[in-house]
Amino acid sequence: MIWNPIAECMGKEEKEEMQLSLLQKQVKRVYENVPFYKKKFDEAGFHPDDLKTMEDLSKIPFTTKDDLRQAYPFGLFAVPEDEIIEIHSTSGTTGTPVVSGYTQKDIDIWGECIARAIGMAGGDKHSKIQNSYGYGLFTGGFGIDHGAKYMGATVIPMSSGNTARQLKIMEDFQSDILTCTPSYAMYLAESLEKEGFTADDISLQAGIFGAEMWTEEMRKSLEEKLGITAHNIYGLTELMGPGVATECEHQTGLHIQEDHFYPEIIDSDTGEILEEGQKGELVLTNLTREGMPVIRFRTKDITALRRDECPCGRTTVRMDRITGRSDDMLKIKGVMVYPSQIEAAILQVDGLTANYQIHVSRPKTLDEIEVKVEASPEVFSDEMKKIEEFERRVARKIQNTIGISVDVTLVEPESLPRSEGKAIRVIDERNFD
Amino acid sequence: MNVKQLSVFLENKEGKLKKAVNAMSQKGVNIRALSIADSSKYGILRLIVSDNEAAKEALESEKFTVKETEVIVVGVKDEPNGLNTILEILEKESINVEYLYAFVSTKVDEAIVVFKIENYEEGVKALENGGATLLSKEDLDEI
Repeated sequence: MIWNPIAECMGKEEKEEMQLSLLQKQVKRVYENVPFYKKKFDEAGFHPDDLKTMEDLSKIPFTTKDDLRQAYPFGLFAVPEDEIIEIHSTSGTTGTPVVSGYTQKDIDIWGECIARAIGMAGGDKHSKIQNSYGYGLFTGGFGIDHGAKYMGATVIPMSSGNTARQLKIMEDFQSDILTCTPSYAMYLAESLEKEGFTADDISLQAGIFGAEMWTEEMRKSLEEKLGITAHNIYGLTELMGPGVATECEHQTGLHIQEDHFYPEIIDSDTGEILEEGQKGELVLTNLTREGMPVIRFRTKDITALRRDECPCGRTTVRMDRITGRSDDMLKIKGVMVYPSQIEAAILQVDGLTANYQIHVSRPKTLDEIEVKVEASPEVFSDEMKKIEEFERRVARKIQNTIGISVDVTLVEPESLPRSEGKAIRVIDERNFD
Repeated sequence: MNVKQLSVFLENKEGKLKKAVNAMSQKGVNIRALSIADSSKYGILRLIVSDNEAAKEALESEKFTVKETEVIVVGVKDEPNGLNTILEILEKESINVEYLYAFVSTKVDEAIVVFKIENYEEGVKALENGGATLLSKEDLDEI
């Protein structure tokens, strides 16, 4: 069902008019209330009054993740702290965390966006939503929670983990919609099989899965194993959380909630705005957020926008599923990992050099990382036991830095492929196309 | 002089062992004894060779990681219970053997066993006190 036909099926002109007016107000607000933006706009020679048409948006400088980090924790709030009623944060595994603050209105908008997502997945106020995203500072759990309640549906706040219980509740409560990361959904589906259940024993109709990249094959497999339609949801803590965009039943891209987020696709090298259908980096602007509006945020996610008609009747622009990143960030088991973090951990170990290679694969449904390091005489031993101990020690060191477990393997010196003298650092065998 | 074993890191890849052996033979190095320890990921080639310096140089020039380790070489009667007598000496002193390998020579009627013991000095002392025949580098050169 279409939760909000007025917003989701708006005519082109009306929508563009509304977006311009919202953007003008938003840009003025941040200029007046957030010193960071005033400084940034002034330095770029841009004044809110210069924003006459949507084309003028390109005059506004981008906001980067580093900008948000520097503002840690509350530097980008555009309202007095009293008005913030909820705070979320990234995990900070890749450096200073990014904090996101929400007013009551922001939480309502979040709920509205999630309600639309649930609608796209065929849900309504009668649906029981088993929410297996983690509850906490992570936006997944609470985001879905807000939306389910906003809509008047029933939320089952499972959070992640405790698989046996998840399956029992799914069966006993007859959950209609499952929300979690696709890899956790796959894990649940496989556990279900192992326990001897079939899709007929549960009454799930749909899944809303996001927070990590996944493939069409994975979708098919999830749909078959769980007897559902699987919907991709996109979002990011910096702008709100999940619900920025979601797939409808036609699965032809994710409908972006354009009355709240303004999307652009840019060439990540030149910053130039690309045309509809061209692949590039997604840039998003909060049109309506009060607590912490983010203007022209470089998401680093690679996608393309599609404005052709969707058979569902929604007129909102669609984005392709995310197929990559414009930086070297890897998302492994839903956690952001930068090769530089792994490098830093490796360099703390005597005898290891910056020649290493990170292999990411997904042999079945869960991501695995293997880190290959070169065996210098200092770390090599005539005893297998000692080499294996060494590998485990390095693995623990890396795990302490990035928060997820890895396998470490010694390889011969200078055996790692190099390009222009530098080792090729990352081989990601997962295929998201 | 004490006997030093060379250990070479070998990836589980086709032709690696041959490459290592070939590098040494080109420099006229004779392999007296060898053993390979392996896991699913890689192997450790352990060698007693005629000339450690030349072997090391040859291997390192081929980018192999090489390490020298002191090992204890014992002449063991080539008959039933031969090895057992030696192991009994070590057992009595509660000394653990990390690994061992053996070879025979046509020139002597003893089997030659290479022991890696975590504490080298302790191992030598125990074996000497127990009456084992310890062989030096020079002894090995002659057999």
